[in-house]
Amino acid sequence: MQQNQNVMKIKKNIAISDSGFVFNPSSGESFSVNPIGMEIMELLKKEMPTQDISNHILENYETDAPTIDKDLYDFITMLKQYGLIDDNEKD
Amino acid sequence: MKKTKYTIGVTALNAIDNPGPGIPVIRALRESESFDVRIIGLSYESLEPGIYMHELVDKVYQIPYPSAGTELLFERLEYIQQQEKMDIVIPNFDAELYSFIKLEPKLKKLGIHTFLPTLEQFEERLKVNLPEFGEKYDIPVPKSEAVYETRKIAEIAREFEWPVLVKGKYYDAKVVYNLEQATMAFNTITSKWGLPIIIQEFIHGTEFNVTGLGDGKGNTIAAVPMRKQYITDIGKAWGGIAVSDDRLLELTRSFIAKTKWRGGFELELMKNKEGEYVLLEINPRIPAWIYLAVGVGQNIPEALVNLALGNEVKPFEKYDIGKMFIRYSWDMMVDLSEFEKISTTGEL
Repeated sequence: MQQNQNVMKIKKNIAISDSGFVFNPSSGESFSVNPIGMEIMELLKKEMPTQDISNHILENYETDAPTIDKDLYDFITMLKQYGLIDDNEKD
Repeated sequence: MKKTKYTIGVTALNAIDNPGPGIPVIRALRESESFDVRIIGLSYESLEPGIYMHELVDKVYQIPYPSAGTELLFERLEYIQQQEKMDIVIPNFDAELYSFIKLEPKLKKLGIHTFLPTLEQFEERLKVNLPEFGEKYDIPVPKSEAVYETRKIAEIAREFEWPVLVKGKYYDAKVVYNLEQATMAFNTITSKWGLPIIIQEFIHGTEFNVTGLGDGKGNTIAAVPMRKQYITDIGKAWGGIAVSDDRLLELTRSFIAKTKWRGGFELELMKNKEGEYVLLEINPRIPAWIYLAVGVGQNIPEALVNLALGNEVKPFEKYDIGKMFIRYSWDMMVDLSEFEKISTTGEL
């Protein structure tokens, strides 16, 4: 999928702690993510393309590609909604 | 080295559910690194909790309500000055500021310093003047209009989209969704705060507040932005977090530079859906959440005292982002004799 070639970059100032606590210092908002959410956010921070993240999860967890693609899309959409993704994302 | 001890008068000791800034201001002054303090509490009512907080307030005097006029206030302050020899007074209520600004030269003659906005600054940021203020200083503000009589509400409301905000000239704001609610809010607010009331465009978005200090020459001495995390039924912050946003700080510095703001202040801003900040209100005094600024490294009340007394003050350049404040309530035990004393003699 063309969309999965994208790199969705997490904003530089977003802090993610080891416990999965996410803090946006610009808005003052904080969130909790589960271990897989944290893993995805860390990979996004490293600017890994979404397709590669999808493959990474497929290799490491017992799931299937359509489920991952759907869940990953939902998760990234949520990150965008909460203003955690850099607007100047790379294509 | 022994620190100089200043005697400082502080108002707004009402540490209640709609708290005045007095108690956090005193707490900040007591934590000053540059001076020691003797605190003179200036109260309006006998049940203001700060009157009985003896670990914070050394002596309390009741002062007349602003409605009694500046002369009566001056007479009372003159009497207090004979007893206490105050170096500075920090008034913390919007409603009393006009009197203190007017009395500034007379108070100075008594040896009482203040560090307040000028009368022009005070008046041009009034809610009724906000549209002109926005235009003059090129700061985005919501559309708003002053209303002086009930029958004009319908006419003015037609220029707005529902919901709108109905605001009192000093305090109070209600979100209303139709003409009936607007009329009710008009009546409730005018009965409490008088005329006019302001009808203001409702900006959807996230509210941010900035407290800061201007030196009167256009320089920013302090600025700390905060986002409310826990809001009471009447819209007061019961918890908040220091945030970092360059645009918010830039807007604050620009406000101070353009207006040459003198004294403490609070900006109330809304970040709209487009991500732009719209200035809703300027409170010309220190806000009740000021202790957050102290807690993150900018002791604004201390800097204000030093500016008032002509001491050197270096602008704060940083603060701790992500630190929070959480308010709590506490029941004090008070002897009836103390309540009796403040109620009958006006001193404690």
